[in-house]
Amino acid sequence: MLRFILQKLALIVPTIIGITIASFAFIRLLPGDPILAMAGQHGVTPERYEILKEQFGFNLPIWQQYFNYVGGILQGNFGISLATKRPVIAEFMTLFPATVELALFAMLIAVILGIPAGIFAAIKRGSWFDQVTMGVALTGYSMPIFWWGLLLIIFFSGYLGWTPVSGRIALNFFFPRVTGFMLIDSLLAGKPDGFVSALRHLILPAIVLGTIPLAVIARQTRSAMLEVLGEDYVRTARAKGLEPRRVVGVHAFRNALIPVVTTIGLQVGLLMAGAILTETIFSWPGIGKWMIDSIGKRDYVSVQSGLLLIALIVMAVNLVVDILYAVINPRIRVQ
Amino acid sequence: MSTDAATPTVAAGPLAGLREFWYYFSMNKGAVLGLAVFVLLILVAIFAPVLAPFPPDQQFREFIRMAPPWAGGTQPQFLLGTDEVGRDILSRLIHGSRYSLFIGFFVVSGALLVGVTLGLLAGYFRGWVDALIMRVMDIILAFPSLLLALVLVAILGPGLFNAMLAIALVLQPHFARLTRAAVLSEKSREYVTSAKVAGAGHLRLMFITILPNCLGPLIVQATLSFSNAILEAAALGFLGMGAQPPTPEWGTMLARAREFITSAWWIVTMPGLAILITVLAINLIGDGLRDALDPKLKRS
Repeated sequence: MLRFILQKLALIVPTIIGITIASFAFIRLLPGDPILAMAGQHGVTPERYEILKEQFGFNLPIWQQYFNYVGGILQGNFGISLATKRPVIAEFMTLFPATVELALFAMLIAVILGIPAGIFAAIKRGSWFDQVTMGVALTGYSMPIFWWGLLLIIFFSGYLGWTPVSGRIALNFFFPRVTGFMLIDSLLAGKPDGFVSALRHLILPAIVLGTIPLAVIARQTRSAMLEVLGEDYVRTARAKGLEPRRVVGVHAFRNALIPVVTTIGLQVGLLMAGAILTETIFSWPGIGKWMIDSIGKRDYVSVQSGLLLIALIVMAVNLVVDILYAVINPRIRVQ
Repeated sequence: MSTDAATPTVAAGPLAGLREFWYYFSMNKGAVLGLAVFVLLILVAIFAPVLAPFPPDQQFREFIRMAPPWAGGTQPQFLLGTDEVGRDILSRLIHGSRYSLFIGFFVVSGALLVGVTLGLLAGYFRGWVDALIMRVMDIILAFPSLLLALVLVAILGPGLFNAMLAIALVLQPHFARLTRAAVLSEKSREYVTSAKVAGAGHLRLMFITILPNCLGPLIVQATLSFSNAILEAAALGFLGMGAQPPTPEWGTMLARAREFITSAWWIVTMPGLAILITVLAINLIGDGLRDALDPKLKRS
């Protein structure tokens, strides 16, 4: 198992180096002079230009710039935001829990609804339940989620008035930040009404972000179950006279779960892309909205580091999924 | 499989393959429906200037934010209502279909061309060519697609053409990976060896001998990429990084729609519905194609 993990780690090293080259190249690929591009329409005085050039190290040879960049990253130095003058990593860490909370809740919705829907659709293959579920799943999969979010706001916030339109929690709540997750922090501070407020803010964005993963999981669970239900050992279990619930629940489902777990893991990249749109629509203070705002403000140092950090996080999660996959499916380890 | 017995056994020839394909494809009713909608969309796009009641940019300043006639509006000529500057939404949607389909075709052609070529090179030559190409593909795939497209557009500058380039670049690794995998499994087959023995050169082996036998999964992937391209271009337009106003691109039409979610729901609803119907139709076709072209996946 250790060998498997080390092998996987060795394989991603070139990709990580490639990612750092890509994010390093980003600022240098901006049209025209990078310093002028970062300064925006106000421009800079020649003296200031020289100072900035020195500060960013643009006067050094390109390879030296790259090594300085990577050296900085290894020491946790991701640069200073041009817009707020704060370290980028501090900004990122402040906003990151909001995105994680949203993504986890979205995934929870997707898994809780998607897996049972897929199982029942497979068992009742060809029934109206199967057809309706798969029709809904394909519609969800085809959904432009930014529009879906707007529709939900129109109905639940505008028409019914049930949920707030934006933000993470009502402004009158204030409690110390412990985990960065509003749902947990509000309970830790002993404010159940704060928890309710946070939940009301979270529910619509989570539904929007969870829609495509939900559809993917339901479809994947159904096809994995159909595949497994046709296997010999399932037939044997049936022939032995086991009750159908046991056959489906134990014999079939546990084996069908393997590809489903992988699918769930692979949704992380999708969740990050979805978070950009969802957070923008709901003014959710996470890193997706922060990236969009940074692009809008031409805060290219933040964009560069955000790009790098997000790619590294997605890679790390995918690595964990690969390892988990090997844990639940020993056949993979041997290869 | 019980359906095998019913497979029509027609004499060989190009038409026979097509007929067999249609036999499997048409068994999936959803796919046929999707195809019908898609053909309709192409017709709408071609005849947009004839079909649209008004030019897409004509502003009727006296009828700003007019509701559709079936939802309390007083102007029957604006079937889906008017937007914030009094343009007929139906006309804009009809013209917008041209953009969406063009985006799909352009992005998929670009991604196919580059991805298939890279995949062929990697799978055919192996060694350092393979390692280099596939590592670059890994790096591209490590970034969430929409994020990478956004950043590329930030480099290239906002606009429809740059958005399409960015999306094509982000989508092509899927084609490269698929092609490489297919080439690897085909390369050691006997027909390839016999072509090589007969004196076929590298280019002929790659493009004429091997490639046609890898087409099935590529066609399915191309369909999926078509709908992805439309969704991502719409998302970029929505974020202000794709087609720029007043272009009647569907995503761009939604960019300012957030302001009207309480006052004029039809401005928000209609463009998104157009995107959803288009993407759904293409995904239905994709499911049908997968059933017809990829026997291994038929059970799903």
